[in-house]
Amino acid sequence: MEPILSVRNLSISFTQYTSKTRRHRLHVIDDLSLSIEAGQVVAVVGASGSGKSLLAHGILGILPYNAFLEGSIRYGGEALDQARAARLRGKEIVLVPQGVTYLDPLMKVGPQIRKGRRGKPLLDRCRAVLARYGLGPEVEDAYPFALSGGMARRVLISTAVIESPRLIIADEPTPGLDAQAAGRIMGHFRELADGGAGVLLITHDLELALTVADRVAVLYAGQTVEEAPACAFAAGRLLHPYTKALYQALPQNGFIPIPGTQPYPGEIAQGCLFAPRCDRCRAQCKEASIPYRAVSSGYVRCLTAEEEETA
Amino acid sequence: MTLEAKQVSFGYAGQGQERVLRQVSLTIRPGERVGLSAPSGRGKTTLCKLLAGYERPDSGQIHLGGKPLASFRGFCPVQMIWQHPETALDPLLRLGETLREAGPVEQRLLDALHISPAWLSRYPGELSGGELQRFCIARVLRPGLRFLLCDEITAMLDLITQAQIWRFLMEEADRRRLGLLIVSHNRQLLKALCTRVEQLEK
Amino acid sequence: MKKDWNRRKSAAVLFSACAFVLCAVTAAGLLLSDYAMETDFTQKNLSPSLSHLFGTDWMGRDMLARTLTGLSLSIRIGLLTALVSCVLALLLGTAAATLGRRVDACISWCVDLFLGIPHILLVMLLSLAFGKGLAGVVAGVSLSHWPALARVVRAEVFQLRQAPYLLAAEKLGVSRFAVARRHLLPHLLAQFLTGLILQFPHAILHEASITFLGFGLSPEQPAVGIILSESMRYLTTGKWWLALFPGLSLVLVVLLFARMGERLRQMGNPASVHQ
Repeated sequence: MEPILSVRNLSISFTQYTSKTRRHRLHVIDDLSLSIEAGQVVAVVGASGSGKSLLAHGILGILPYNAFLEGSIRYGGEALDQARAARLRGKEIVLVPQGVTYLDPLMKVGPQIRKGRRGKPLLDRCRAVLARYGLGPEVEDAYPFALSGGMARRVLISTAVIESPRLIIADEPTPGLDAQAAGRIMGHFRELADGGAGVLLITHDLELALTVADRVAVLYAGQTVEEAPACAFAAGRLLHPYTKALYQALPQNGFIPIPGTQPYPGEIAQGCLFAPRCDRCRAQCKEASIPYRAVSSGYVRCLTAEEEETA
Repeated sequence: MTLEAKQVSFGYAGQGQERVLRQVSLTIRPGERVGLSAPSGRGKTTLCKLLAGYERPDSGQIHLGGKPLASFRGFCPVQMIWQHPETALDPLLRLGETLREAGPVEQRLLDALHISPAWLSRYPGELSGGELQRFCIARVLRPGLRFLLCDEITAMLDLITQAQIWRFLMEEADRRRLGLLIVSHNRQLLKALCTRVEQLEK
Repeated sequence: MKKDWNRRKSAAVLFSACAFVLCAVTAAGLLLSDYAMETDFTQKNLSPSLSHLFGTDWMGRDMLARTLTGLSLSIRIGLLTALVSCVLALLLGTAAATLGRRVDACISWCVDLFLGIPHILLVMLLSLAFGKGLAGVVAGVSLSHWPALARVVRAEVFQLRQAPYLLAAEKLGVSRFAVARRHLLPHLLAQFLTGLILQFPHAILHEASITFLGFGLSPEQPAVGIILSESMRYLTTGKWWLALFPGLSLVLVVLLFARMGERLRQMGNPASVHQ
């Protein structure tokens, strides 16, 4: 089946001033691949600075003016260029953004969800959507400042869902929500996927992502390092050392931190970006860039993945 | 020295009679790690702000070692770490300056928090949330610190950074017998960290 | 070399070019001030030619020299008044936001009052009250241009005071003075500089206009406003150059300043900072 969204070898770079008047190009996303089929929830998990949000902005065609995008993004089997993205976003492709700052502070919540349009059917639909997220009709008359972080998040989701979209991109939809509310929101994404939409869930919360996602793609320093089915995590069938480290850092799985921090774009010129923090690192890992290759359960970007599998 | 909130109530101006907190009491003793969890909108952040002295309660008292918190001058023994580190650091100031703002910081802390020396000459906009949060933590861990209020401090961070930061804070708190208030939605996290967990009732 | 060309470099070049032209005009005006007063009745009412590029007036004075002297005076007055009014705005705006509700109400009332009176009328009234002449113009222009910027500064300070990084610094025991210096001033500096440069053309135009209307500098002074108002009497007799060139030069100077301010604002604006 043709995936709803397929991203191949995506790279996003920025032109930036390094000093007062000198400008250069900085690669923030570098070789990112991923695809989503109808009815699937695909989670993209990574640390901040790994390029998660940029991926969303790249798909929606809302990158800032100094960004430059290479590689291919295809939606519904056709190339998704800037013009097509502009036509489809807000209708077939919707974004659930990060927080309350994405709401217009001077507009009441109701009109904002309805995008300023009127009409009885729309009004009813708006009520129904709000009710689905546990928000009463009184929320429609509130201004965004009066919403708590969690309520704002639910309002943002309502704003996206009212359009019956085919592809939903959720950019960190849960921080600030309590476990129960977050679980419920995740349930709603699952429902939307079961209804035939594709959901791209961008998050740093691996634990929550695992509760609903079909597949999980792990991002590290602008590259996809592993794509695996969600069940591979609990089963211990992970191939990339970073993915394993992430899983073991969960409070209930040992709470074990590995040392070091994610490198900056351009900080590591050659070879594997995870090499300085990897205990399986070899000489060959530092020589050339590591290919992102297909394995039985998904994809992995690691030269030593096989020995892990057999060990 | 204990930190006590006695029957505090608080409402933001402009919200009429609506109170965010009503008659809330909480005691934190040195060496304790108290978890606080409640659904969103129950005023967890507000309680932290009251306990740290950022806001004054409408009624009730905040006492530190039996004295009102407001009577402490200079470096406040109760410090709060915010959920969004990027708002808690001046965007126009190099991080090194922000860090030294209230006096020198021990090199040991910088090493333990994996703060790279190169970061000191950067501006907050150039680093990620996880890196900025390390700065926010390093600058409050001064000798005078007794209580640390952590308001969802790792909710926006990735798992490895979260584990790094909490491992460090636990050791530091044990060593110095700091009292910790840990606000989080994550039950597993609270279970792993806290000596007791409180609920904020409506 | 060509590839390296970018918005900031072009802005820097434009900025220095503008600054150079304005400095040159100011300096030339100062040097030519004696020559501008020289009368030569054999050379009166000459239309523009190579020896007198801007022509001469009814007393045989060289109009180019008079214009440059006038502009030079305008620029100096403009700089002084813009500086005074911006400092005033910074102080009053900060005071309104930090010294409590009463001070705020008082200053805000003044701002509303000043903004409520038609601008040119206010400048005239103030100038009259300070006895016209140079003192009158300086007082009139500088005391009437602060309210708009003061309002911006006040709002900015109010917002900054709620910023978590500022509150956190206070809790860390940093003194109030250090907090203001480290966390308030740098944030206000950009507003201040831009305000200053954008205030400049305003100040020059208002100085020229009240002088033109007779409420400003005295007639002996070679100000652009004086030149323009005198030339009005000769316009009907076909001495078009008396008004055209000084007028155009004034517009040019004002445009240069406005352009400089605009560029500065763009470079400081985060939304276009990397263009």
